[in-house]
Amino acid sequence: MRIIRLIAVGLAFHVKSLTLSIFFLLTSVFMPLLVATVAYYMFKAGGKPGTLFYASLGASVYGIWSSTLFGSGGAIQWQRWQGTLEVLVSAPAPFVLVVLPLTLATSAIGVYSLVSTLLWGRLVFGIPFTIEHSLAFVVAVPATILGLGLLGLLFASTFVLYRHANALSNMLEWPVLLVTGMLVPLSLLPGWSHPIAWVLAPTWGVRAIREAALGGTPWPDVGITVALGAAYLALGVVCLRYFESAARKRATLSLT
Amino acid sequence: MSVEAEHDAGRVTAFARVFFVGGLIAYRGLFNWIRPSMYIPTMLIGPVFQILFFAYLGRYSGLEDDAFFVVGNAVQASAMSAVFAGTMTIANERNFQTLSPLLATPANRFALFMGRALPVIASGLLVSAWGFVMGRLLLHFHPPLASVPALALVTVVSVTSCTAFGLTIGSVGMRARDVFMSANIAYYLMWLLCGVNIPLDALPGWLSQIGRLLPLTHGIAAGREIAGGASLRSAGGLVWTELGIGAAWAAIAFTLVRWFEHEGRRRASLETY
Repeated sequence: MRIIRLIAVGLAFHVKSLTLSIFFLLTSVFMPLLVATVAYYMFKAGGKPGTLFYASLGASVYGIWSSTLFGSGGAIQWQRWQGTLEVLVSAPAPFVLVVLPLTLATSAIGVYSLVSTLLWGRLVFGIPFTIEHSLAFVVAVPATILGLGLLGLLFASTFVLYRHANALSNMLEWPVLLVTGMLVPLSLLPGWSHPIAWVLAPTWGVRAIREAALGGTPWPDVGITVALGAAYLALGVVCLRYFESAARKRATLSLT
Repeated sequence: MSVEAEHDAGRVTAFARVFFVGGLIAYRGLFNWIRPSMYIPTMLIGPVFQILFFAYLGRYSGLEDDAFFVVGNAVQASAMSAVFAGTMTIANERNFQTLSPLLATPANRFALFMGRALPVIASGLLVSAWGFVMGRLLLHFHPPLASVPALALVTVVSVTSCTAFGLTIGSVGMRARDVFMSANIAYYLMWLLCGVNIPLDALPGWLSQIGRLLPLTHGIAAGREIAGGASLRSAGGLVWTELGIGAAWAAIAFTLVRWFEHEGRRRASLETY
């Protein structure tokens, strides 16, 4: 019960805090809108207007990914800059339960991305908004947010040792956007990139959301997204323990 | 040598020292991403995947071939340096609380601030060149060998022009509270407005008009023509337009620097937020 309360209170606190951050509004609202707009014009000019809703959904998940990536990169870095990392690590609650609400919050505010991108497409480009499997869509969105939030936890745990985590965030944004098929179908990418896509939750999350919206079989994708999330959680806990211990031993925890 | 001539020579030496040495020191001190651990992932690896992403999106949309996206994104990637480094090398003076002592010096203001452009331009050229090389290695981008010098010249002009734009944003940082958000927005809007990924004639008229006033737009168009086999002479009009736009942005940047300095002194607000 205490664990649930800690996660719930932490999640609510961080969602409020991130909502007030202009940087996060930029990553979760402006960036997906821009990527969606570029994709709309590219598809229209390329003679593929039928794919605009497909692009909308992909750009929405990109927004969730983007805010999760920069959030998880910053989760440790901001605490370092503010001088609170050592305090949090030495708190009685397990450190993973302190970081988890933050990474979940960064993916949860990706809902702003979903809503704004779909509204933008509808209002500015007249893209019809029709959902084939409403129930599956309503389940697929939180499942994707959960999967990405737990992936964020795994990133954050590995960033404990690395002082320039934001550089890794800058670097990882594009490769994951490309290989997970958010806007470019996997079939167009080289075969060697497919196994990378398979172990990334955004691949299955965006498939689940698309299959629910456009018609198909979303439930297996929802299941894989959640299963991958569970694997990230297990790995994240192990990594966080190991890297936290290593950072304590090397006395590098608060070095910026 | 007369005393007056000696004074003139001294002024020129001081100007050159502040412009070149001061510019380099400012770049090293104020550009936060200069460490290899930041520079390589952010400025070199990130843009390669940006080029790959848009090239593959281009293939899927059926809009243009790889060369279109390699030229557009490799030139635009220089804006990573031009916009962010250009902004940091001016705006960080205020963040680091060094703006007041800097402006208390009698140093020539043009040399002081515009000298910071040179390292930024060099860095932008490195990023663009890297983008072109990776585009050549990873995608279907095979410009004629004879076009490389002209393509290099167009890239230099575009990067210079974009750096002037970056310095303009940086100069706003002498007054605005959070200029880095504006830098981010300006950088990313270039994807849409400067013909990087979408031909200007595919955009609504008002958006393409904005794009024509921004740096890179004409440089990218010239780069595409040259990479397609056209001569530098035939793309000359675009290159001169790019240069003119860069000069206009440089003039705006310098005017804003002087204006914000004057206003900051008058209102005692140089380092207040």
